[in-house]
Amino acid sequence: MSAPEQPRRSGGNWAVWLPALLFAGFLAVVAYNLSNPAERVVRSALIGKPLPEFALQAAVPGQPGLARADMADGKVRLLNIFASWCVPCAVEAPQLAQLKAAGVDVVGVAIRDRPDELQAFLARHGNPFTRIGADNVSKIQFSLGSSGVPESFVIDGKGVIRYQHIGEIRPEHVPLLLRQIEEAGQ
Amino acid sequence: MIANIGLAALWFAAGLALLQFLAGAQGLTAKGGVLAALVRPVAIMQGALIGLSFIVLVVLFWITDLSVLLVAKNSHSAKPLIYKLAGTWGNHEGSMLLWATVMGLAGAFVAWIERRLPERTVLATLAAQAFVSLGFYAFLLFASNPFTRLDPVPAEGMGLNPLLQDPGLAFHPPTLYIGYVGLSVAFSFAVGALLTREVGPAFARAMRPWVLASWIFLTIGITAGSYWAYYELGWGGWWFWDPVENASLMPWLAATALLHSVSVLAARDALRTWTIMLGVVAFSMSMLGTFLVRSGILTSVHAFAVDPTRGAFILVLLALYIGGALCLFAIRANTINEGKQFTVASREGALVFNNVMLSGILGIVLIGTLYPLLAETMGDKVSVGPPYFNSVGAVFTIPMLIVLAVGPMLRWRRDSFTRIRPVMVLPALVAFGAAVICAVAGVALLPLLGVALGMGLAFASLLPLHGRKLRTVKLPVWGMVIAHFGIAVALFGMASDAAFTKERLVAAKPGDTVAVGPWQVTFQTIAPVAGPNWTAMEATLQARHSGGSAKELHPQARTFWAPVQETNESALATRWNGQLYAVLGDQGEDGRWQLRLWWKPFVTLIWYGGLLIALGGFLAMLGRLASDLRRVVAKDKIAYRRMRQGR
Repeated sequence: MSAPEQPRRSGGNWAVWLPALLFAGFLAVVAYNLSNPAERVVRSALIGKPLPEFALQAAVPGQPGLARADMADGKVRLLNIFASWCVPCAVEAPQLAQLKAAGVDVVGVAIRDRPDELQAFLARHGNPFTRIGADNVSKIQFSLGSSGVPESFVIDGKGVIRYQHIGEIRPEHVPLLLRQIEEAGQ
Repeated sequence: MIANIGLAALWFAAGLALLQFLAGAQGLTAKGGVLAALVRPVAIMQGALIGLSFIVLVVLFWITDLSVLLVAKNSHSAKPLIYKLAGTWGNHEGSMLLWATVMGLAGAFVAWIERRLPERTVLATLAAQAFVSLGFYAFLLFASNPFTRLDPVPAEGMGLNPLLQDPGLAFHPPTLYIGYVGLSVAFSFAVGALLTREVGPAFARAMRPWVLASWIFLTIGITAGSYWAYYELGWGGWWFWDPVENASLMPWLAATALLHSVSVLAARDALRTWTIMLGVVAFSMSMLGTFLVRSGILTSVHAFAVDPTRGAFILVLLALYIGGALCLFAIRANTINEGKQFTVASREGALVFNNVMLSGILGIVLIGTLYPLLAETMGDKVSVGPPYFNSVGAVFTIPMLIVLAVGPMLRWRRDSFTRIRPVMVLPALVAFGAAVICAVAGVALLPLLGVALGMGLAFASLLPLHGRKLRTVKLPVWGMVIAHFGIAVALFGMASDAAFTKERLVAAKPGDTVAVGPWQVTFQTIAPVAGPNWTAMEATLQARHSGGSAKELHPQARTFWAPVQETNESALATRWNGQLYAVLGDQGEDGRWQLRLWWKPFVTLIWYGGLLIALGGFLAMLGRLASDLRRVVAKDKIAYRRMRQGR
């Protein structure tokens, strides 16, 4: 057994406080999050603005891609940003199916995805989309002011963004979205 | 009635933990405490009582005592016995009780067995262990009481999440928990050492079996969990970078680093502060993971206890324990000697490099797991997926694997790379050859590197045995070789799965034949079947491997009725060189069924590799314990001889 060490007079090494400081930062972030229960309804700066210009190739064979031109035909749509590698996207699949069943036209933008994996995802979780565009470099995602997957936008008949839903659509969000879609159609 | 015994035992155990902490703390004061003698017996009694409390909960689930809220919420009288028992820990309160139980038992075991260290260090360790336990007792008693009663008693329970009704999962959580919580002993040892400043080889030898044992359980738990996700979720993947998976991976990474640095400390008396730091970090990662999962602060497919109050409670505990230990570390780190020096080209040098890389991977996983949280603070919701983890993690993993091949060949303290160059030629050639073959076959970069490194490492990991008489090779060396070989095997399996998997998704009707890889799969019939608490549509598939005999597969689309949920039970046909994976989907409008088939070459090596890693750990532990035992016996003999000579 080594004897207790003599204190080393190295003038103190500030780096030893680094872990404690990082942890304090983590605590601050988490405490803030806990005290502000997830606000899933965030007003985006893009609400009320027209969709940016874009034209995406088809993400899966047999289903059309998505362009801005497809969106301004007088019909309200729900634009869903998703990816096969995103777990919450699988969680929201039943809700999308529910929205589709309620008569909503759902169009998708697949972020950094591969056709085979995407097809597998759609086979597994259902395919509520009438069109799916492939956004392989997250370009449209960023121009829409969306930073993550999943996210959903209500687009009115003139191609204007009317509502943004961040995060997965949970069952309790469905009525809210239906109301937004109805309002967008008026 | 029985429930009250459990609750009483829980309260008494909490009281004893408080006593253990106070007596230990008093024992550490300058005067030396009169209560110090109490610490060991109290720790043992605390372990016994919390063990009793847990057994009571198991019994309550066994007999389905519906007067207990937890049982009513998570069990059902029609459930098979094994899942009734598994229901004990398949929920928040029960798993927290399991947590406290493992902590209490571990503390009792230290109190009972640990005689090599100075008494002060043991006192400090047990006091720290009791202090941590206290928080979890408070959490149980005030925010997650598993013994809450229900009045009036309901006629039937609500059942267990069907995804959890699987034999693999019945034992998966306890295995992981033993691993997580076993690390609490390493944490307490580290805190004890910081308090007493007694860090050295003896300390490392005392800590090592705990680290090894926890690490073995974590390895098995993660391996089993991955296999469970693979066949139960029916997605064909074996790792999803889900927060819950990351929560188990992070302590494993820290424990792996700790395992290696504690060996350096035991053998060479170097890396003292680093080892202490890792001791703190490893258990911190266990607690952090538990917090992230339990608070529901991150979205996860696994989350089964979403409750902000509980989240706040665990957060306070985290702040107290992790924050406290890190501050203690910061205050004391400068007063602990770093220990013996060594050069870069040495066994220690390689181990330090491996440690830094493991910490790097840990950092990557931690950032990836926490980033959505941070982004949410900024007002964004994001999900971080495999594209990030795989590619960024590789930056650290690849150099680590290369050093893993070289390190075991280096001598302690001082060596040169030129000396070992000749023996490293063969593995390097193997890796290069594999890379060339993969490149010609058009394999993507990461899987290509995986296959090449896996092949090279498989050879390199066996080199420490080269030129030695196998019978004289010590158990810990066998352990190291097997564990490293296991890494190579698992890596090869992962890369092979990524590179060579063949997939078919078809809409088929009975009579159709589908080809996938070397298999011809014939969809024969589909029929409803019923289980104890579910009904299902079951397909019968005849799978014929080219030139082989036919195998029958029965994938199911199941509907559970308590609670109502649909699951897809995959069916597997395993060959030595891979697995055929079949999933039955929904019926289309045209009456045909969705059928997903994968041929995954060498995918099983992922889990065999994981088991080899655990086996290596087990052999190393056996070897260490045996030599510890020999040392104790030798000491006793000397003492005995001295005693006789003295008379």
